[in-house]
Amino acid sequence: MGELRLMKGNEALAEAAIRAGMDAYFGYPITPQSEVLEYLTREAWLRTKASILQAESEVASINMLYGAGGAGGRVMTSSSSPGISLMQEGISYIAGAEIPCLIVNVNRGGPGLGTIQPSQGDYFQSVKGGGHGDYRLIVLAPATVQEMADFVLEGFELAEKYRNPVLILTDGALGQMMEKVELRDQVDRAARKIPGWATTGKTPDRAANVLTSLFIQPEEMEQVNLRLQEKYKVIEQNEIRYQTIQVEDADMVLVAYGLSARISRKAMEICRAHGMKVGVIRPISLWPYPSQVITDAAQHAKAFLAVELNAGQMVEDVRLAVNGRCPVEHYGRMGGIIPSPEEIVTVIEKLYSQVS
Amino acid sequence: MDNPKIDIDLDHEELDVVCERPDTLKDARMHYCPGCGHGVAHRIIMEAVAELGIQDKTIGVAPVGCSVFAYHYMNIDMQEAAHGRATAVATGIKHILPDHYVFTYQGDGDLAAIGTAETIHTVNRGENLLIVFINNAIYGMTGGQMAPTTLFGQKTSTSPYGRQREFNGNPLKITELLAQLPGAFYVTRQAVNNPNAVRKAKKAIINGFKYQELKRGTSFVEIVSNCPTNWGLPPVKANEWLVENMLPYYPLGDIKVPSKEDLQP
Ligand SMILES: Cc1ncc(C[n+]2csc(CCOP(=O)(O)OP(=O)(O)O)c2C)c(N)n1
Ligand code: SF4
Repeated sequence: MGELRLMKGNEALAEAAIRAGMDAYFGYPITPQSEVLEYLTREAWLRTKASILQAESEVASINMLYGAGGAGGRVMTSSSSPGISLMQEGISYIAGAEIPCLIVNVNRGGPGLGTIQPSQGDYFQSVKGGGHGDYRLIVLAPATVQEMADFVLEGFELAEKYRNPVLILTDGALGQMMEKVELRDQVDRAARKIPGWATTGKTPDRAANVLTSLFIQPEEMEQVNLRLQEKYKVIEQNEIRYQTIQVEDADMVLVAYGLSARISRKAMEICRAHGMKVGVIRPISLWPYPSQVITDAAQHAKAFLAVELNAGQMVEDVRLAVNGRCPVEHYGRMGGIIPSPEEIVTVIEKLYSQVS
Repeated sequence: MDNPKIDIDLDHEELDVVCERPDTLKDARMHYCPGCGHGVAHRIIMEAVAELGIQDKTIGVAPVGCSVFAYHYMNIDMQEAAHGRATAVATGIKHILPDHYVFTYQGDGDLAAIGTAETIHTVNRGENLLIVFINNAIYGMTGGQMAPTTLFGQKTSTSPYGRQREFNGNPLKITELLAQLPGAFYVTRQAVNNPNAVRKAKKAIINGFKYQELKRGTSFVEIVSNCPTNWGLPPVKANEWLVENMLPYYPLGDIKVPSKEDLQP
């Protein structure tokens, strides 16, 4: 068993990054995730000699990440919504040049400067693009402080396996809440194999390594895009992650990720205690999206309810998966308001009475 | 008139080789316009890398601009950066490979407009990098728009009546500005408009690489260059224009040089 500690989500994430053998972190302060940078500047250099740099902006951070990831480093940045918006240019280049790295978005309410309270308003931006061009990020959504930590090493490994940026999409509440967390052992930084494609200096035995997303000839650019799409298909085949809770016999299925999945689970338990057959599907990978498990559940379920901290974003993916087999509704709060389980139970009861 | 027939056997064994393409340059035909300074600047940087014997420890960062394809010509590991972000990318590389030689190659639009923040902060942090800044007073790649470095009175596609202070603000002497920063270790302005200038520029670039070994700050080498195509001048006239117009505003020479103590290992 690993070391047990009581930690804030943001700190657990930072601690996990050190233990994952991270080589460098570049970031810029923004609430509610500044603890990541603060924790790393305190701990990382002393313990593993990882390089931690407070950049002048998120634009610089993400481009530092590009350079460092391209040079073969295991590298991470974190930010919150407005900062992630600034990073979108770099994220598109990183996806285009196929540079592995880990990006963390501790989502707060928007649009604009918004609020520092938790939100899931960045779902579209995370899974449907955000930057320019046809690319995909692997998006992981933790629901506990434990997962805030666990998804760091998993994220690095996925990024390196596919040479693709990985995004941990979490929110201000998970970043700030304290829970028990079991920490993994330290990964030795020096033991990690540096990939052959990295720009580490051209040696006589190989051609120069070039990392670029520029392919000016349309034929070549199309081939690069087709190859990327093939890669994304392989990721879709292999990396879908989700959790199902009492979905087998459910008349009504809640679909929720991250913080809203925790609340939905509680709402489900209240409903079950009242004899209502309610289940929960929790997508863990938001891309690739667990569409099939939703499609399967739609064979017997009578209605779906997507619970999100937004105006209705992931519900579109639920609708696609359900494909008209039964009604799909959305319930969401915005502006940083977190609904109570009872509030969701009320919504479920109304919907349940209509379909059963 | 027909061209005179030149009868030279280039493979003749008895010819002495005076100047060869160094292994640090790829055997590729450059896409630059005739007379453009980019080709010469590429060559001297790669000659410097060859002469210092650091090809296996040098990483370059290419910009967005006419030299976006620098990696087609430079036979070293390279990363292509987004417009203006080259020094941030180079910072990232250097943090993973602190004992390697890292340089950026950037035009004036790239470095002194969209990338001003990255440039200033990289130099101010004193990252141990070499920044090579090609100042041709215009945006070459996008077809001759005004750059921050465009001179007063200079006509470009977006200053069609000549740059005027009241509409376009002042030409930016970014190099002098950067020299003020404590992180700047070595700041110099050179040119590539004649052989003597080229030799000096190459020396500056060699310095810029070697100073990285000291880990004392950023080396910044501005190279005043030309853009015959967008200046609308034939190559020889472009270099004359450069001497008459650019050099008075952007005078050549060292702006900040390390002291004797600075150079102690
Ligand atoms: C974000 C972004 N904005 C604008 C452009 C278009 N663009 C390409 S090159 C360039 C100007 C480059 O000029 P300079 O850096 O002076 O280099 P030169 O072409 O003169 O060598 C611009 C504006 C771009 N590629 N990316
Ligand atoms: S457009 Fe200007 S800067 Fe670009 S290659 Fe041609 S001459 Fe050189």
